[in-house]
Amino acid sequence: MTAPQTTPRAPTRRRPPRAHGGLAWPVAVLAGVGLAVLVLPLVALVARAPWGELGELLARESVLEALVLSLGTATAATGVCLMLGVPLAVLLARAAAWPTPARRLLRAAVTVPLVLPPVVGGIALLLLLGRRGLIGSALDDLFGITVPFTTGAVVLAQVFVALPFLVFAVEGALRSTDRRTELAAATLGASRWQVFRHVTLPLVAPGVAAGAVLCFTRALGEFGATITFAGSLPGVTRTLPIASYLAMQTDPDEAIALALLLLAVSVGVLLLLRDRWLPGVRG
Amino acid sequence: MLRSRVARVALAAAVVGVLAACAGGAGDADGTGGPGPATPSTADALESGTITVFAAASLTDAFEELAARFEERHPEVDVVLNLGGSAALAQQVVAGAPADVFAAAAEPPMATVVDAGLADDATVFATNTLELAVPTGNPAGIAGLDDLAREELRIALCDESVPCGAAAATLLDEAGVDAAPDTLESDVKAVLTKVALGEVDAGLVYRTDVRSSGGSVEGIDVPAAASVVNRYPIAALAEAPHPAAAAAFTAFVTGPEGRDVLDRLGFGAP
Amino acid sequence: MTRETPAPSPPPRGPAGARPALHADVTVTRGAHRVEAAFDALPGHPLAVVGPNGAGKSTLLAAIAGLVPVDAGRVRIGDRDVDRLPPERRRVGVLFQDYVLFPHLTVRDNVAFAARMRGSRHDARAAAEPWLARYGLTTLADRLPGELSGGQAQRVALARALAAEPEVLLLDEPMSALDVELRHDMRAELAQHVREFGGATVVVTHSRADAATLADHVLVLEDGRVTQRGTLEELAAAPATPYVRRMLATSEG
Repeated sequence: MTAPQTTPRAPTRRRPPRAHGGLAWPVAVLAGVGLAVLVLPLVALVARAPWGELGELLARESVLEALVLSLGTATAATGVCLMLGVPLAVLLARAAAWPTPARRLLRAAVTVPLVLPPVVGGIALLLLLGRRGLIGSALDDLFGITVPFTTGAVVLAQVFVALPFLVFAVEGALRSTDRRTELAAATLGASRWQVFRHVTLPLVAPGVAAGAVLCFTRALGEFGATITFAGSLPGVTRTLPIASYLAMQTDPDEAIALALLLLAVSVGVLLLLRDRWLPGVRG
Repeated sequence: MLRSRVARVALAAAVVGVLAACAGGAGDADGTGGPGPATPSTADALESGTITVFAAASLTDAFEELAARFEERHPEVDVVLNLGGSAALAQQVVAGAPADVFAAAAEPPMATVVDAGLADDATVFATNTLELAVPTGNPAGIAGLDDLAREELRIALCDESVPCGAAAATLLDEAGVDAAPDTLESDVKAVLTKVALGEVDAGLVYRTDVRSSGGSVEGIDVPAAASVVNRYPIAALAEAPHPAAAAAFTAFVTGPEGRDVLDRLGFGAP
Repeated sequence: MTRETPAPSPPPRGPAGARPALHADVTVTRGAHRVEAAFDALPGHPLAVVGPNGAGKSTLLAAIAGLVPVDAGRVRIGDRDVDRLPPERRRVGVLFQDYVLFPHLTVRDNVAFAARMRGSRHDARAAAEPWLARYGLTTLADRLPGELSGGQAQRVALARALAAEPEVLLLDEPMSALDVELRHDMRAELAQHVREFGGATVVVTHSRADAATLADHVLVLEDGRVTQRGTLEELAAAPATPYVRRMLATSEG
């Protein structure tokens, strides 16, 4: 970084030095490196994939089981996130009128799972809902319900890590809508619920859709909180990422196949939903 | 917990890599570090530096103590431990992690490393057997291996891809028990943690884990387990950045002082 | 009328007669500003509230519509006390300054909105048809608000408000979002619609022309206080403040 002797390959295209929209060379170089950091690992994954045996690998019972479980739990988690996250986003957007400490506390509560290592989330869930947890012990004593090591626990772990993504996407959409449309609806006879149902919700629909996609892909990739809170049992709690991690220890080819599958599903969902419901998010 | 451990290993590996690069060539300075068993009592000076030891999770307590003692003997050497599931560690070594020494909880992970040409010969330095671990007070009234088949109980085992899981599978198979596990963890310490938290009623772990748990779990002896023995191999790695120190550490672990520590923690003799 | 709108048909429901009066006597605080005003608006005699920017005119309207809370006082419509009612139960229609149409709904569904809150989508759309026809919006019925001109949007907003059959109509700076060239014609058209509505009407403006065309009484609000009231002629005869004198001197606001 000290001497400019390591001049990177200068752009060979001739351009006016201050062409409109042109990039300064450090910006261009660093942007290129940044892009490489993002893309090259995936290139390696695709390049090293055992394409010949891929069909056989993906048809394995253990792989299909993990795929079905992952799709099912991520869908359920997205549903739960929609049901809880949209109202939470409304609360957050309306909290602008609250006293500052309460507002900050609320925002922090929603932000923390976003910045928390997922494993910590898993430990926290275990301490809350585990058999000796704050609530879990009562659930066990009163109803004989134990949450950890169930498919429900997988969904819960996914909700914990994915909910903030949905909340912030919807909150952003809410903030950019004109609150006066809601006031106008009220003067036209709409109750609070009707305002929400007929005005607020349709106006933030693109944000909700974007949030749901983020939420789904995040839930699909969830690993740390799941393995800590829900464990790892084929068909019950062993989702694609966990199966991929475990396979990496003994059968790297299967692990790569699982990773490819995860990549394909994530990218597929993103493309599909973006074209259908997210015209505003298109690049 | 797995992810953070992996992250730590990766970070440590990166740091070690940088340090090694900064230190320049890590060649054998004098004749002390030959591959033959160096006598641990004679504290011949080694080239100063940091060696990275990849060790099975079940060796955590033993290697922490051994590393401290080795550093006492060789103040010029720092020992960094990366602890994890043996199979995962083996994959990392094969993938080029700059490790000096590898100690596994069973022979197959070591075979992975030897087959890749990254270790010449491994020495078995300890053995271990399985035991049932239950939460303090044994709330579910676990009596023996047969209880692992009870559907209504919460059972944690290691996944078969790691040594403790392979041993557990062999043991259950030999005993004719059709276990009903609720989770298959990726290393033995994860099983132990879930038992200690009371989240499961029982788990199969190494006897050394029960002993080192400090009373947070109770052990139940399994007579049939005596025939299912895990053999722990150790090897200085062929591409070790610090071959002399790596050989010295390996010799230290396999030598009498290492034997003392391992004995005390419940590991059997090779 | 200069435009070729369909001949004004009678309002779809309810005759214009026997409309209740609006009586307001309120104190409202918004941030650092405090507005105190008392007035009556009688059906068929629209009242213009004029005043400089920041005088609290729009706050006063919002208080009557129930969109901001009042600190003290009362708002009565006929013999109904409405100051404790939520906006959706006051029957106060509002034409917002820049109309605030629902961007996700077609013109038809905007106009049908109030009916939709009370019934099915199908019934609401049917109920909207006469209003669309009345305001010359039939050909625009399937457009979205983003595709309308300013004048068209104003007509949609007015049709939407009146289709809710309010007892009181509030207009907030109705001309300010229109191009200056359009204002003259649109103002005359709006005045016609206000007359047809026939109920108590309050129009907030800082334009003498609006006050002259749309209202027959004027209330001057300055810095949260009423400084003068009367007809424009009465104001002209004896302007109470420098602001009133300046306001009367401008030709177009």
